[in-house]
Amino acid sequence: MQIYLPIADLPVNVFLVLGMGLAVGYISGMFGIGGGFLMTPLLIFIGISPAVAVATVSSHIAASSFTGAISYWRKRALDVALAMMLLSAGIVGTATGVWLFTELRALDQLDLVIGLAYVTLLTVVGGMMIYESVQAVLRTRRGGPATLRRPGSHTWIHGLPFKLRFKRSKIYVSAIPVWAIGFLIGFVGAIMGIGGGFLLVPMLIYFLRVPTATVIGTSMVLTLITMASATIMHAATNHLVDAVLALILMVGGVIGAQFGARTGQKMRGERLRLLLGLLVFAVGLRFAYELVVQPDDLYSLRYVGSG
Amino acid sequence: MRRLVATLAFLLVACSAGPAVAERLVVSLSNHRVAVTSNFVGEELVLFGTIEPDSTTGQLRPPYDLVITITGPKQTLRTRRKQRVLGIWVNVDSREFVSVPSYLAILSNRPVAEIADQDTLRKLQIGLNYFLLPQRIGPDVADTVTDDPFRQSFVRLQRQQGLYRESSTAVTFLTPTVFRTAIAMPAAVPTGTYAIEVELFSQGKFVARTNTALEVIKAGFEQYVADAARDYGLLYGMATALMALLIGWFASVVFRRD
Repeated sequence: MQIYLPIADLPVNVFLVLGMGLAVGYISGMFGIGGGFLMTPLLIFIGISPAVAVATVSSHIAASSFTGAISYWRKRALDVALAMMLLSAGIVGTATGVWLFTELRALDQLDLVIGLAYVTLLTVVGGMMIYESVQAVLRTRRGGPATLRRPGSHTWIHGLPFKLRFKRSKIYVSAIPVWAIGFLIGFVGAIMGIGGGFLLVPMLIYFLRVPTATVIGTSMVLTLITMASATIMHAATNHLVDAVLALILMVGGVIGAQFGARTGQKMRGERLRLLLGLLVFAVGLRFAYELVVQPDDLYSLRYVGSG
Repeated sequence: MRRLVATLAFLLVACSAGPAVAERLVVSLSNHRVAVTSNFVGEELVLFGTIEPDSTTGQLRPPYDLVITITGPKQTLRTRRKQRVLGIWVNVDSREFVSVPSYLAILSNRPVAEIADQDTLRKLQIGLNYFLLPQRIGPDVADTVTDDPFRQSFVRLQRQQGLYRESSTAVTFLTPTVFRTAIAMPAAVPTGTYAIEVELFSQGKFVARTNTALEVIKAGFEQYVADAARDYGLLYGMATALMALLIGWFASVVFRRD
């Protein structure tokens, strides 16, 4: 069944888009991530312009992270104070990212920078996650403690000033790394059109030692607020949000996320991280392939304006 | 007396300016308005027409050739070329095509090259090879030679989208003076006004021309959404964000297990 998208200006198959929403929703529910790094390339692949894809995916992520956030809230598994702290720096990061986005677009090199950013970020983060989770899996095999929280193993990050106590997460850390992480997520998200959950979760775990119990819920609150405001900003400035496409994606996404979350809760933490690492790494390789292999067509068109 | 001289002079000028005899073209389009609705997957329009003899002499000079050029609303597009730099493929060069039609169909009853000679085709801009596609080159805007790689790639990419089209079999003559053609509008057709120019040739000479137009508009729900997104961006964005929250909340209620 074909439906014409009013903003993207092309017809798509409803079931194909619904299926994409389900599949990405399943993955996002399983790992507690927004899934923007999967959905944006998928939409571009079916012919939707990158600008519309980035803008519309933000509303889809808002929907699925809200579902997630509610269920974590019910389980008291999110840290609002930490989320707000991250958010305050995230807004500054987003503004900086949007500014750079506009500058690069004018230079006609935005596609390249987005491509390189995806390759570097996804392969590095994916690789690190694979390494870490394989180590953890091996440790449990040998019968050692699988926990990541090693009491007393403080890094230089814990020596920084302006310390704050986050009760829900049971951590006592400096505000500086919290702000730095928030800024980076906002910045990267604006440039790459992703929520940044797959980056934020490992960063909170490794740098701030946020316990796994609250990390996903907290990340979801942050994603929800940034993506909801990104939707409004994109709609108000560029008029690029396709509500019809967003609706189909959301319906698929929230249903998929429910089933994904059930699968995720049955799996062991390190196995889950290994799978996510492999997925992130694979998407990174896919982008690298695109940059390195000669494209089918060396020429491409870009719409500049009417008239 | 003076009036008679003036009339004679006018007739003399009129006769020498235009061709001595001129057929008239009468065309009719099946539909002047293409409505893009939520189930729009493209549309085919039919154009009918007849060649009427000149009103004074009543003369017809078959066989005729016909070229129909349909041009969509103007757009500016950038064609970019990739090249390998340090192992990765990067856009290194680009040309801007200024105010070119977003849709261009050239329909005829046989290849345009056989209808008239090159000079005539170039002068009348008939055929994809002779249609003016101005590029911005430095401070100037000009069309280049037809085998320019950027021009060729631009036309090729537009053809792949179904937006540019040249067909030498699209026009059929039902009788020597009655013709019909089908105009295919792909699903990705841009909205706006489309100009249709019908040009008649006889033995390699241009004989007559007529114009008509059609309009592609968004209709119903599609139009409502597109208008809202354009005119009330902020409200539209807030409504979309609210929709996201509602669906998210709804899902969490429906699937609640505790």
